[in-house]
Amino acid sequence: MAVNTGFTGRTYPPTAPYSVGRAKIREFAEAVGANDGVHIDQLLARARGYRDVIASPTFAILIAQQCDRQLIEDPEAGIDFSRVVHGEQRFIHHRPITAGDEIIGVLTVDSVKQVGGHAMVTTRSELSTNEGEPVCTATSTLVIRGGE
Amino acid sequence: MSNAVLSASDVEVGQELPPRLIHISRASLVQYAGASLDRNRIHWDERFAKSVGLPDVIAQGMFTMGTAINVVSDWVGDAGRVVEYGTRFTTPVVVPYEIGADVEVTAVVTALDAGTKRATVELKATCGTDKVLGRAVAVVVLD
Repeated sequence: MAVNTGFTGRTYPPTAPYSVGRAKIREFAEAVGANDGVHIDQLLARARGYRDVIASPTFAILIAQQCDRQLIEDPEAGIDFSRVVHGEQRFIHHRPITAGDEIIGVLTVDSVKQVGGHAMVTTRSELSTNEGEPVCTATSTLVIRGGE
Repeated sequence: MSNAVLSASDVEVGQELPPRLIHISRASLVQYAGASLDRNRIHWDERFAKSVGLPDVIAQGMFTMGTAINVVSDWVGDAGRVVEYGTRFTTPVVVPYEIGADVEVTAVVTALDAGTKRATVELKATCGTDKVLGRAVAVVVLD
């Protein structure tokens, strides 16, 4: 099944809130070897002016992938997940993701292109708090390999 | 204070950050798979990876991306100062069972805005002769 190029510009409804927890921030930081104490030590984080411990710079992928799933699981999009390769990733942090945040994501499909036998889908997840404070813009390019 | 954030007056274009060699083992990939909820079997199941045409298990691109940025976070003195970070995933890092893989990360300051105290840092990550991240760029806010 071909990837649906008509999906360019499509926006999905906001995701259910993602509750950012201290334990998950720590677990993620440890997994990527991020040794900055700001990920585990509340006192240090507060001394630096943060409300609580903050996530390492790529933690937002956890929430962005939750957004992307809406597209991947949309039968009309025609995306075979077993053929998806991550091509590119970008984060713009409006402020660090902080323990205690409740984050919702709004997914927009910025572009769908056919390049050779492959399809390239660029998505943008606008992550913000429940109150509407912008937190992070995560842009992903997924490459969907064509059939052999 | 050991946790002080780097001052813009101590940074100049062309400055090289301390490089780092990252050793990646199968255990690193399983740990990242758990933390990131990326359950794709190509990152830990050798038999499965080979069945879909890969030479062996490969590292999650996001693992390499997430690990490489430590070079920048540690240099600036606060991970929260990394306000932008993006990369392309150019070549997968193959992680054999016996020896794992070594990725060398280097970084250099390519731009500095004295007004906003924002520095742009370009990262390079290589595994052997393979460039594993492409156009990897981070922006940090200095003191």
